[in-house]
Parts: sequence; structure tokens; C-alpha cells
Amino acid sequence: MIELLLLALTTILVDNFVLVKFLGCCPFLGVSKKVETAVGMSLAVTFVMTVASMATYLVQYYILVPLGIEYMQTVAFILVIAVLVQFVEMVLQKFTPALYNALGIYLPLITTNCAVLGVALLNIQNQFNFIYSTVYGFAAGLSFMLAIVLFAGVRERLETSDIPEWLQGFPIALITAGLIAMAFLGFSGMKF
Amino acid sequence: MNPLDILYPVLALAGLGVVFGILLGIAAKAFRVEQDERVPRITEVLPGANCGGCGYAGCSAFAQAVVDGEAKANGCPVGGAAVGAQVAAIMGVTLEQEERKVARVLCSGTREVTTTKYRYDGIRDCNAAYRYGGGEKTCLYGCSGYGSCVRACAFDAIHVVDGVARVDADKCTACGKCVAACPKRLIELVPESQKTVVLCRSREKGAAIRDICQAGCIGCKICEKNCPTGAITVVDNIARIDYDKCTNCGICAAKCPKHVIAGRADTDASQAAQ
Repeated sequence: MIELLLLALTTILVDNFVLVKFLGCCPFLGVSKKVETAVGMSLAVTFVMTVASMATYLVQYYILVPLGIEYMQTVAFILVIAVLVQFVEMVLQKFTPALYNALGIYLPLITTNCAVLGVALLNIQNQFNFIYSTVYGFAAGLSFMLAIVLFAGVRERLETSDIPEWLQGFPIALITAGLIAMAFLGFSGMKF
Repeated sequence: MNPLDILYPVLALAGLGVVFGILLGIAAKAFRVEQDERVPRITEVLPGANCGGCGYAGCSAFAQAVVDGEAKANGCPVGGAAVGAQVAAIMGVTLEQEERKVARVLCSGTREVTTTKYRYDGIRDCNAAYRYGGGEKTCLYGCSGYGSCVRACAFDAIHVVDGVARVDADKCTACGKCVAACPKRLIELVPESQKTVVLCRSREKGAAIRDICQAGCIGCKICEKNCPTGAITVVDNIARIDYDKCTNCGICAAKCPKHVIAGRADTDASQAAQ
């Protein structure tokens, strides 16, 4: 139990998916203009990452390993994640329209998110068992949420700041992202 | 090399794909959500900018509202009459023609003609500036020029020129975002053909206005007296035009001693000059 908590904490702070591992940078920069949309996006990412971790674990150890075709991992995982997202979208639309509307366009957007594929591959690389994989997927989603919501908060403030013209828009956003990533490096000294 | 080494992975992945395909097919049937078939058709003809100018959360929400009878078929300010007609055709209703509107900023107080109370060095945002005694300009009613409307505009149709926001009538879609963004409520949606507009909102008395802005309405009533159709009345020291009565004859614009009544031709010319 303690180990699972430590794994989650390490993933969120020390090995942050976006700011330390640099996975999922596209939505991190693209959907971080407002805190509201950032929260929606990261909720969807967390949800899909958790479910994808479970599904890819099953595919790896019940289909790929018995057949001896582990090298097809990437293709198989992309297929699984894409199908999963489609399926989840349908289920949500049917049973929880409110959640479906809240996640909206973000669900299909993360079908090909590298962070989702990344967490699936890392699960296997780290030889996690089913429970560890699930916790790792969930924590990875939370680490994405932490990073993108922090970043969106800063960007909202930047909107009303007096920024030199040549830095306005993406340049200042990239600099900010770099500064936040450097700040997160401070956690790397922590030992759990 | 054993040919089975190739066959197995191909079969396994193809099998996986087929199984997933069938599962999704079944799921699509099982979890189908009943939706009016007109909603996707209307969504298709809409511009798809999801700007929210119609007052709904995006184009599909607007389409749903049209089908539900909450919104008018021509409620999309971006698509205008063309899209309105298409939506009406899908809905099977006839459309009342409504004239295209354009946002106008009711202030002429550029930096050269106005005085300031103090120097504002704060956040470049009208709402923020407004909190400090109504902003930098001495005139409480004047445009602060920090571009909250510019940032609100999704169509690049409004820009701050010489400290006053100006609308590019060609790009404006009358979505009303700038109207809501302006802390001084200076922006108004005016019918496109309405050329004569009073570009001032100050309710100060004439003497007070003269000291702080050379381009402010002083409420002298010359326009009121000269209007052949009685479309102008001066209330609270500010001239107001009744757009239903106005014939755009331009007499008031010519007679106004402060040149705050402008035809569209004037503003376009001044924009071109800048």
C-alpha cells in the first residue's frame, strides 16, 4: 500500500510526465490557454490513461506474450487505445451525457496522445503488475493535470501582462513551460 | 526463416482488429443515442468556429437549440443570411429577413483630443484600468483603449487606433463579444445601413466636456433642431438617434460643431488614412 502511494507521488512530482519526461507536450501547449479547458482535458487524459493501463496490461500478458510477439507492442497498443477511446466515448454519451459534454472534444483528441501510449509502454518496461499498472496510469494522468493546470494558470496571467511584442503568444508560453520544468527539477533530489 | 513467424503476428493483429471492430460495431448499436437527424445536418452548414456568438456553447449546441425551437434559424451571427437560409431550409421554415448589424464604438476621444487624469502603468486591460477611477482618461465615458474588446474578438475585426477602439465593418459579424467585454458599455450593434451614428456617450454637461475632450458631444441640440425627420433627441446632454426614423441624410453630421456625429463613410476614410 505504502509502495503504491510512493509510486503515485514519485510519478506526480519527481517523474512528472510532462515536465520531466516530456510526454504529452502537444496538449500541454495546445489546450492550456484557460484553466477551465485545461481541467477538462486533463480529466479526460487521466481517465483514458487509467483505463488504457489496464487494457494494455491485459493485451500484453494474455495475447502478445503467449504468442511470443511482444515486438508488436506499439502497434497493438495504439489499436487498443484507439478502440478504447471510441468505446468509452460511446458509453459516456449513452449513460453520462453530462460527463460526455464536459470532456467534449478532448476525448477523441487524446486517442493518439503520446503520454497515453507512453504510460502503456512504461508499464511493461517497468514490469509492473496489474495493480501497479493501474495506479501508475492514474498517477501519470494526475501528473499531467498538475502540470497543465499550473501552466494554464500562469498563461491566464500572461494574457493581461505587458509582454514585449516579439515574445507575445507562443514564445513566452514556451519560456514559461521551460521555467516550470526547471522548477520541477527541484523535486528530483527527493528520495522516497 | 519460418513463414509462420510472419503469419502469426499478422493473424494475431488482424484478429485483434476484427474483434475490436465487431465489438465497436455492437457497442455503436447498443449505446446509440437517439438524436434528431436534423442536428448533424445543421451543424454541417454552420461555420464551425464554435465562437459562441449565438449565445450557445458552440455550433452543435446551437444546432440542437434550433431543432428544439429555442433559437432562430438565422441566429448564427457569423454565417449571416446565407447560413440562415440553409438552416431554415433544413428546418423547413421561412425566414424573416433581418438586416446585418455591425458593432460601433461610441467614442471619438483619441489621445490627441482628450486629457488624462494620471498615468496608468497597470495591467493592459480595460477592466483592470476601469477600477482605478474609471481609467486614465479624464472622461469617465470614453474608451480606455487597452483592448479588452480586441482580445474578445474572434474575427480580428476590432483594433485600437490612437487610444480608441475602431471596428472593421467588413470583418465584423455582430457576435456581440466586444459589447460584453467593454467595461464602459461603449460598443453598440448598429444596422449596417445606418451610417449616421453619434460617436460619444458622455452625459457630462457641455462646459465640463469642453475641458476634457475636444471630440465630445456637448448637448448643444443643433443636430436636434436641424434634423428634418425629428430622429435626434438630446437626453442627458447626449444626442441620440432613433435609427427607425433616421434617413442618413447627413445634415446633423455636417452641422455638428464637435464632429462627433459620423457617417460610415467618414470613419472608413479616417481608417484608410491611418
